[in-house]
Amino acid sequence: MAATMKNVEEIRSRVILGEFGVKNVHTSDFPGNYPGYDDTWDMQKFQKNFRIDVVHLDESSMEFDMVGIDAAIANAFRRILLAEVPTMAIEKVFIYNNTSIVQDEVLAHRLGLIPIRADPRLFEYRNAAEEEASEIDTIQLQLKIKCSRNPRASKESSDPRELYLNHMVYSRDIKWVPIGNQADVFADSSIGPVHDDILIAQLRPGQELDIVMHCVKGIGKDHAKFSPVATASYRLLPEITLLEQVEGEKAEQAMIKK
Amino acid sequence: MAGEGEKKPVLEMIQADGADEGCVTFVLHDEDHTLGNSLRYMIMKTLDVEFCGYTITHPSESKINFRIQTRGGLPASEPLRRGLNELTDVCQHVLNTFQARVNEFKEGQEQPME
Repeated sequence: MAATMKNVEEIRSRVILGEFGVKNVHTSDFPGNYPGYDDTWDMQKFQKNFRIDVVHLDESSMEFDMVGIDAAIANAFRRILLAEVPTMAIEKVFIYNNTSIVQDEVLAHRLGLIPIRADPRLFEYRNAAEEEASEIDTIQLQLKIKCSRNPRASKESSDPRELYLNHMVYSRDIKWVPIGNQADVFADSSIGPVHDDILIAQLRPGQELDIVMHCVKGIGKDHAKFSPVATASYRLLPEITLLEQVEGEKAEQAMIKK
Repeated sequence: MAGEGEKKPVLEMIQADGADEGCVTFVLHDEDHTLGNSLRYMIMKTLDVEFCGYTITHPSESKINFRIQTRGGLPASEPLRRGLNELTDVCQHVLNTFQARVNEFKEGQEQPME
C-alpha cells in the first residue's frame, strides 16, 4: 500500500488484520523513512508516552497493558521471562530405595519438574567443578514414604483409599532438610514445593520410596524445569472500529463483558 | 548465566571494508534474538545509521552477526555503544514504572477488602 498522506498515520502505528493476511507488521518509523516526521530515539518522549496498566493480578497469573513500547522490546521481555529468569529446581536425585512401580529415571524426571518455593536471589549458581553441596548453592529435600495395608479397613471394601495407607505420594510429603546455616537464614520462609497436591507416584503395600534431592539454581535455557513461568505471552492491543451504529438487541449482544 | 571455566570472547569485530570504520560486523557470542532484535531496534532509531541488521549464523551455535553501517564517517562502535546504553535505560524505566504500578494495583486491591 502506497504511503499517501491519509494512511501514513495508519501505516506507522497500526497492524491491520486483512482477510488473507496481516499488513504493516514490521516497525517502519525509523529516522529518514517518513519525510516530516522526526523518528529519532528520544528518551524524554518515550518516558512521556509510556505507561503500564495492570488488568489482572493474582497468585498464579498476571495480565497488564504496556502502551508506547515497540514489539521488539516487549518480545525481548517475554523471551527473558521464559528462558533467563533463574529459579530453584531439583537437579540431583539420590535414590536410596525405590521399590515402587515407577522407574528411577521417570521418578527423577517428575521430581525435577516440581516447582520449589525458594527465592533464587538468595542462592548462587553451582560451579561445574564443585562436588560437595554447600549451603549457599543447594537446597536439600527428602522424600521418605512407605505404603502399608490399613489394619482398620473393612473386609469387603475395594476402595484403595480405605485399604492402604500412604498409597499416593504427593508433593506435600517432600520435606526440607536444612544444611549448614540454612535453618537460621530461612527460619521464617517455608522452603518446599509450591503446590501440595502434585501426585508424584502411587504405591501398594510393601513398596517404599527413600530419596534425597538436591535443588540448584538454574535458568530455562538450560532446562525447562527452571523456567519460572508456565508461559508468558504478549499480543498487540486490539482496536475494533464499528463501521455503523449498532442498536437494540445487537448492541446487547455485542456489549463487552469483563 | 552459570559461570564457565575458560574465558571466551563476548564480542568480536570483523571489518569487511579496509579503511572504512563505518561498516563493521560484530560477532556477539552467547546471544540470540533476545538481545539481537531489541538492540537492532534501538540502533535503527539512531540518526546517521544507514544499515543495521543481525543474523543467527546457525541455530546450533549461539552467536549472532550484528552489522552496522553508518553515514558520514561515524565509527560503527559509536551507535553500538549508544544503543546498548539506551536499551539499558529503557529497561530500567520500564522496571521502575512496572514496580510502581504493581504496588499501586496491590494497594488498590487491599482497600476494598478492608
